[in-house]
Amino acid sequence: MSVLLIAEHNNKEVKPFTLNAITAASQIDQNLHVLLIGSKADDVAKSLSEVPLVKKVLHIDHEIYENYIAENYTAAILKHADKYSHIICSANTFGKNLMPRVAALLDISQVSDIIKVISPDTFLRPIYAGNAFATVKSNDEKKCVTIRPTSFEAAETTGGSAEIEKIDAADQNENTKFINREEIKSDRPELGTARIVISGGRGLQSGENFKLITDVADKLNAAIGASRAAVDAGYITNEHQVGQTGKVVVPDLYIAVGISGAIQHLAGMKESKVIVAINKDGEAPIFSVADYGLEADLFEALPQFLEELNKLNTIQK
Amino acid sequence: MKILVAVKRVIDYNVQIRVKEDGSGVVTDNVKMSTNPPDDNAIEEAVKIKESGKATEIIAVTVGEEKAQETVRKALAVGADRGIHVKVDGIIEPLAVSKILKKIVEKENPDLVFMGKQAIDDDCNQTGQMLAAHLNWPQATFASKIEVNDKSLQVTREVDEGLETIEVNTPAIVTCDLRLNEPRYASLPNIMKAKKKPIEQINASDLGVDTNPRIEHIKIEEPPKRKAGIKVASVEELVQKLKNEAKVI
Repeated sequence: MSVLLIAEHNNKEVKPFTLNAITAASQIDQNLHVLLIGSKADDVAKSLSEVPLVKKVLHIDHEIYENYIAENYTAAILKHADKYSHIICSANTFGKNLMPRVAALLDISQVSDIIKVISPDTFLRPIYAGNAFATVKSNDEKKCVTIRPTSFEAAETTGGSAEIEKIDAADQNENTKFINREEIKSDRPELGTARIVISGGRGLQSGENFKLITDVADKLNAAIGASRAAVDAGYITNEHQVGQTGKVVVPDLYIAVGISGAIQHLAGMKESKVIVAINKDGEAPIFSVADYGLEADLFEALPQFLEELNKLNTIQK
Repeated sequence: MKILVAVKRVIDYNVQIRVKEDGSGVVTDNVKMSTNPPDDNAIEEAVKIKESGKATEIIAVTVGEEKAQETVRKALAVGADRGIHVKVDGIIEPLAVSKILKKIVEKENPDLVFMGKQAIDDDCNQTGQMLAAHLNWPQATFASKIEVNDKSLQVTREVDEGLETIEVNTPAIVTCDLRLNEPRYASLPNIMKAKKKPIEQINASDLGVDTNPRIEHIKIEEPPKRKAGIKVASVEELVQKLKNEAKVI
């Protein structure tokens, strides 16, 4: 038995969630190989080879993989998937897009978004926006599994020296073309991996008012999240959305401001270690998951919050 | 141009689900059911494309038990022309659904297949990509904007980093995000008219697709409950608690 993990990267660096997926994959089987499909991504191959849990890096280097296209990745994976018992990747937009295409062509019923490895064929996964946990056993001979990254620690990145083997590319799919990607650059920590997240909802009332959130985020070195309502209303861009159809976050501290707490939002944040809710509606469902609830008008509470933070001698970063 | 839209009947998104005590699943008796929300966006987009003159026919298809037909009827009420209901009882996995949809695509020859990016019950996020794989068609997942050209689509996708745009040649599969559009409500006259639109019924077993589950559900349980929190009286108290009690700042 051995496990093939598909790496997500940008040809320069490994994306952080791949490290969480490596931890999960190693719990399924220690004989873990990582498949790197890229263009001029030798630095990525090297850094993957230094991850102690990785036993071997398979590197496909070809210009058709400069941008990630699921159709091209799938062909490459299928070419080398034969000898593996499990094919694994992270359950973010990368893996969600990719894995079902691979699974279908291998005639495998995929197990999506697992939060725990119980045994090599049995996993725990949330369903109904995390309102139920299902223990599922895959009866397919080979398994395709995606990993909820926030449910597993990131793997150590130094100390390993796995062999890097160059392997062949597959044919290019001509029917899908990458046009562009609008990446919003930010100096803030990434939402998925930040220690503190502060999120705003419909209560903010406008995009300009999100400045109250960013001011606190700057002070706490926090990532900024949002409810679907705030994104739909155009207050903030989509990559900030936390929830069932957005991102799942598990920070040490999650501060929900002006968010009522719909089931779909709670699905993305209720595993956070400490939850703070600031809302003027004392009956808002967000208070049912909050460790500390403050019933207050956010337009008064947020400036005060910043002021109180400024009074502290030290703030953990 | 012909558009096939796949819709799924799920527990309504506003319902707080309850787990059965015997661990066999969630309670569905007397629970409000609706169309999976992003499937409504898929129907809406197809109707808009038809209204713009770029599509000639919209077929709504669902796979599921007898009552799943309601979702097809709703699609007909907002603008689909005819429906197909593939009948199958019990749990059916995305892999089997995608094989059934492949048979329907081969029969109907649509240029585009739309569906929601994920069903809010099993949260699998698989069917569209699997159908694309079976057909060897391009896939544009998590679409928040679709531009229809002559023989291709330009699709903006919501990805972790922000927005990505790809071009796919038709025929193609698109899975729709909730921000693609604002689904319309069916008017009463259109609901009445929809009752006269045809829905073809097909038994899954007649399509020659193996629908037996490959994944065993060993146990469905409630997630661990959070311990009850407290309300604080002031911002000052909140900051003190975070600093000295929770020790997170």
